[in-house]
Amino acid sequence: MKFAVKKGWSNGRARSGVLQLGSCPFPIQTPALLLTTRKGLPPFTSPDLLTSSLPSPDSHLLQFSPLHFLEGISPKTISNIGGLHQMLSLHQHIFAAVPRDSIIALPEHDSTNKYGASFQTPGGRLLIKPAEYVELVSSMKPDFWVTLADEVPAWVSNKRNRTSVDRTLRWLDDCLSLNKESTTIFGSIVGGSSIEERHRCAQEVAQRNVSGYWIGGFGLGESMDERAALLTAVTDNLPEDMPRHVSGLGLPEEVLQGVAAGIDLFDSTYVYHLTLGGFALTFPLERNKGENADYQLSDSGGDGMKINLKATVYRKDTSPIVESCICFTCQNHTKAYLNHLFNVHEMLAQTLLEIHNTHHYLGFFCSIRKAIEEGKFEQFRRNFVESRRDRLFAAASSA
Amino acid sequence: MALKFEVLGRFNRARAAQLTLPHYLCQTPLFMPVGTQGTIKGLTKNQLEEIGCQIILGNTYHLALRPTSELIDELGGLHKFMNWPRALLTDSGGFQMVSLLHLADITEKGVTFQSPVDGKPMLLTPEESIQIQNRIGADIIMALDDVVRTTITGPRIEEAMYRTLRWIDRCIAAHKRPNEQNLFGIVQGGLDPVLRDICVRGLVERNLPGYAIGGLAGGEDKDSFWRVVAQCTAALPEDKPRYVMGVGYPLDIVVCSALGADMYDCVYPTRTARFGTALVPEGVLKLKHQAMANDIRPIDPMCECMVCKNYTRAYIHCLVTKDAMGSQLLSYHNLYYMMKLSRDLHSSIVEGRFPEFVCKFLQTMFPKGDVPEWVCNAMEVAGIDISSCCHEMKV
Repeated sequence: MKFAVKKGWSNGRARSGVLQLGSCPFPIQTPALLLTTRKGLPPFTSPDLLTSSLPSPDSHLLQFSPLHFLEGISPKTISNIGGLHQMLSLHQHIFAAVPRDSIIALPEHDSTNKYGASFQTPGGRLLIKPAEYVELVSSMKPDFWVTLADEVPAWVSNKRNRTSVDRTLRWLDDCLSLNKESTTIFGSIVGGSSIEERHRCAQEVAQRNVSGYWIGGFGLGESMDERAALLTAVTDNLPEDMPRHVSGLGLPEEVLQGVAAGIDLFDSTYVYHLTLGGFALTFPLERNKGENADYQLSDSGGDGMKINLKATVYRKDTSPIVESCICFTCQNHTKAYLNHLFNVHEMLAQTLLEIHNTHHYLGFFCSIRKAIEEGKFEQFRRNFVESRRDRLFAAASSA
Repeated sequence: MALKFEVLGRFNRARAAQLTLPHYLCQTPLFMPVGTQGTIKGLTKNQLEEIGCQIILGNTYHLALRPTSELIDELGGLHKFMNWPRALLTDSGGFQMVSLLHLADITEKGVTFQSPVDGKPMLLTPEESIQIQNRIGADIIMALDDVVRTTITGPRIEEAMYRTLRWIDRCIAAHKRPNEQNLFGIVQGGLDPVLRDICVRGLVERNLPGYAIGGLAGGEDKDSFWRVVAQCTAALPEDKPRYVMGVGYPLDIVVCSALGADMYDCVYPTRTARFGTALVPEGVLKLKHQAMANDIRPIDPMCECMVCKNYTRAYIHCLVTKDAMGSQLLSYHNLYYMMKLSRDLHSSIVEGRFPEFVCKFLQTMFPKGDVPEWVCNAMEVAGIDISSCCHEMKV
């Protein structure tokens, strides 16, 4: 793996960078989005559509949880097939293994113990130990993987929080020593809502021989306000030239907050949840767009950021979701058709919507990178947050 | 008439043809996947084109409910609504009503039923069915027929057959777009050859663009099934397409094609995909079975589809019944299989190797030679020698 921060482009802590990883022949520009997957494939977008209808190489970064595979297919069979890339036939994609996926593999801090980390999954509660985890990961051969962590929500006691840091560090060392092949490993950093523990963990992990850092324990109950300080407590202790990946920061404002703290990689469930609910992203991707009068705020169930395709106002709307969008869905289908598909509960609705939302959100990350490169990130962030607030305010007052 | 039907090759009763419809130039025999509500479960229009789908079936009953035929009309017709550049066929809505609705009843006026939306009594007449289909705008539309299950016996079947003939006249009169949409009549008459014959002659007199053989694929025994198909194909005009509704299994399609049918539709390939079953030359493969968990072969090593070229049975096994992606991938494969079967039927007839194709098909599906008797009997009538595949005949 190769990672480099582009010199001269940093705005405060925000930075743009370039990541080059084995399978993907194209370098990935950061800050970048990792797409959510279910057993390695997006929830609704089949692999042929993934490669043909989403931008390249932006859409080549995929996050998956090894825990998804525990029922249904054995590590041995995955090995026999030749690993994840072969099994999914996505040879030019980058797979990042992260145990927690915020949808179907949620950390269960109550059941985690000194032996292993516990997760709540559709198949029940799973306790996974470092040795099992390393075995799973080595059968899959992802492009990089994060070490097993004990993630706790914001409200646990100081003692429990300290324990989570101690355990996470111990498991990090376990993973490093159990790791036989030379694979790319990201060291996990936790620390909950305690600035000191975040410092401590980050400093410790920074001393280990890892290729990058995964920052966990966010999106588990802390408020956005307290998060900023916690993020910088971590990133300020990490070497500049190594990639930082965070989970649990899904919403656009949270991503901006993460970028401002010096994060390079984000996995987010935003697109998944929007898609399930029938919401399509519509916010303008170009900065400095003025107020758009055509946001139908009150009767469409939208808020200037997104529209609710199930709303009856779209029954006869023959325009695409976003006029200027070049995704497959906007180039081929209308809001009226999507409205119908959602109303009759057809699977195609989610496929088409996931394609559009992913495309749009990747576009958002592209705008972030552009802003950083132009030295205007802080302004970009301010504009975005303020215009969102204005639209919400307008929607609330006209309702 | 808004179609052209040109036979390009034959083997006895079997024929391969070019069917030119307003939106697409098709090759028969062909299978039509069912896109009930204006979509085929999870597959995009590009994927359907890649797979080779030529005509897709839309269900009038479902579309009339949501989003309504008036809305579809206002937005330019179903082709435009779905953005499907090839051909479409809609059924009359009658069958769904009778099979889906608790209190549907058939009278001379039409099908009376309780609206599933608000419980109000409603009536679907032949006129109304055609008007709805005119609004939807498919290349082929179906007459409203009085369909009874073949498992029923008695005077009801005769009543239904005569009513179907009376209704076809009402359908023809109500059809406002004969230059853009082809109205097919449907042959009824249960399993009674006399009734079937009367119906065929009555429909042929009306000189329709095409004819369907209805009332089958509802649980009747296979022996009765093929005989009705054989009788109807023998009596229907040579120069018009023949559509066996609700068929079906690959084996049934091969037999019916041998007997002279051209078009088929069925929910089977996509429905069975959602239950984890894949169509393969040997029959079916149940991906849910534990044995699949470690099987690293593709579903069908000979299949050229995206799924078989990229995925193992083991991976699909871990997806099926748990993740929507599993059904998507299996639907893709199963439809590919059906369209490949259609292409193979067409090309083997055109290239003069139809009997060889049939034998190979049967040998693969029945390696022990245990070809069902009904298939042997049907092939005899079709004039195709399958003795090399049949155990009993190998003496």
